[in-house]
Amino acid sequence: MVSAALLSIVAVCCLVAMEALHRAKWPSRGPYTAVIAWQALGLAWGVSTIGALLAFGLSSYELGAAGGVMAMVSDLITGEFLLAEFSQGLVGISHLVAIVVAVTLTLVLFAGLVASFVQVVRVRRRHHDLLELVASDHPDVPGARVVDHPAAAAYCLPGVLRSQVVISAGALAVLDNRELAAVLAHEHAHLRQRHDLVLLPFSSLKRAFPKVRLVRTYYETVALLIEMCADDQARRKSSSRELAMALLRFGAAGPAPVPAGAMAAVQHAEPDVMRRVNRLLRPDDELPYHAGAIIMGSSAFLLAAVTCLWHIPV
Amino acid sequence: MNRLGELERAVMDVLWARNEPMTVREVGKALAERDLAHTTVMTVLDRLAKKKVVTRAREGRAWRYRPAASRENYVSELMFDALGQTVDRDAALAAFVQSMDGQEAEALRRALAEIEQPRN
Repeated sequence: MVSAALLSIVAVCCLVAMEALHRAKWPSRGPYTAVIAWQALGLAWGVSTIGALLAFGLSSYELGAAGGVMAMVSDLITGEFLLAEFSQGLVGISHLVAIVVAVTLTLVLFAGLVASFVQVVRVRRRHHDLLELVASDHPDVPGARVVDHPAAAAYCLPGVLRSQVVISAGALAVLDNRELAAVLAHEHAHLRQRHDLVLLPFSSLKRAFPKVRLVRTYYETVALLIEMCADDQARRKSSSRELAMALLRFGAAGPAPVPAGAMAAVQHAEPDVMRRVNRLLRPDDELPYHAGAIIMGSSAFLLAAVTCLWHIPV
Repeated sequence: MNRLGELERAVMDVLWARNEPMTVREVGKALAERDLAHTTVMTVLDRLAKKKVVTRAREGRAWRYRPAASRENYVSELMFDALGQTVDRDAALAAFVQSMDGQEAEALRRALAEIEQPRN
């Protein structure tokens, strides 16, 4: 029972920490560190929640979550497990409910990840097939494919062997050469560091719980941080100003303004693109080295602590 | 691009240029300057059919092939994916700038104008 209580506390603390991280100002100064903190908190929340449910549900064994699962599996085969729990009355039933919830949560999270991955691979294959048929090479943009369309778009199509950077004719029209180079550097950074894999767990959560606003908000926060990571890589080669101008030109080439009456109802927060632009034009100091080290260390400690709590036999 | 990819593209260009379903032989004739074997053209069309970008219908003893959609349709489909307008697709591609609503775009246009003003 002690481990169940401790794991519940950790799970709640993870939620509080995620909210704090979402509101914090420092992540834009150290996007890499922040992304790692997000991953550690997300993983620790999932593992501690499932662990708490299991440790409670299997408390009769007094083996903790990990040992309890092993014992339960062997007892389930002989059929003794259910009989023993039912003989405990209400307490036994609450144990069984906790176990069912834990197993369901595990399956939903795991199935969501697999389904997202399959879906992503399918979309990419189709996209790649079509690109081969309609995209062309352009002398101004070596290493990128050009799609002849007036809307401004630049993106990358990640893949192990067939990754590609794609840019539209509309984007070529609004960018000058140095801005174009900055955009390409940004996209190549995504591909080189496989940012798509970093984002995948968060997007699969969003698919699994589409109605949960918090999940969506956190997904968008992580996605923005990943864009900032790529911005940081790009400005090693190009100037910040060119990248910021490219961002603005893309945005300005976007949809026509909505009639004033139509948008009065919703007051938007600052668009994500604007935050990236401001960050490039007026950079804050980078996150100090020791602060980054403390955050990384805490993340590692958190994951180690959750693992230990799974194995506490009380 | 590899040779097969390049051939697929050439075959699609032929099919798009003609407005009617074509047999393997006709496609081969249209690409006569490449001097392709009949089986090569057949393989390429078969691959395109598997990718669902051409459809085929039997006419007499021969299959006739035609594009499943126009080139413009495919370009639109690509851009639709790229601008993140399709649900569930945002994880597949990473766009430089996600699609925005009119209000957000307007805010960026103002910011751009402010920055550019001193220069002009």
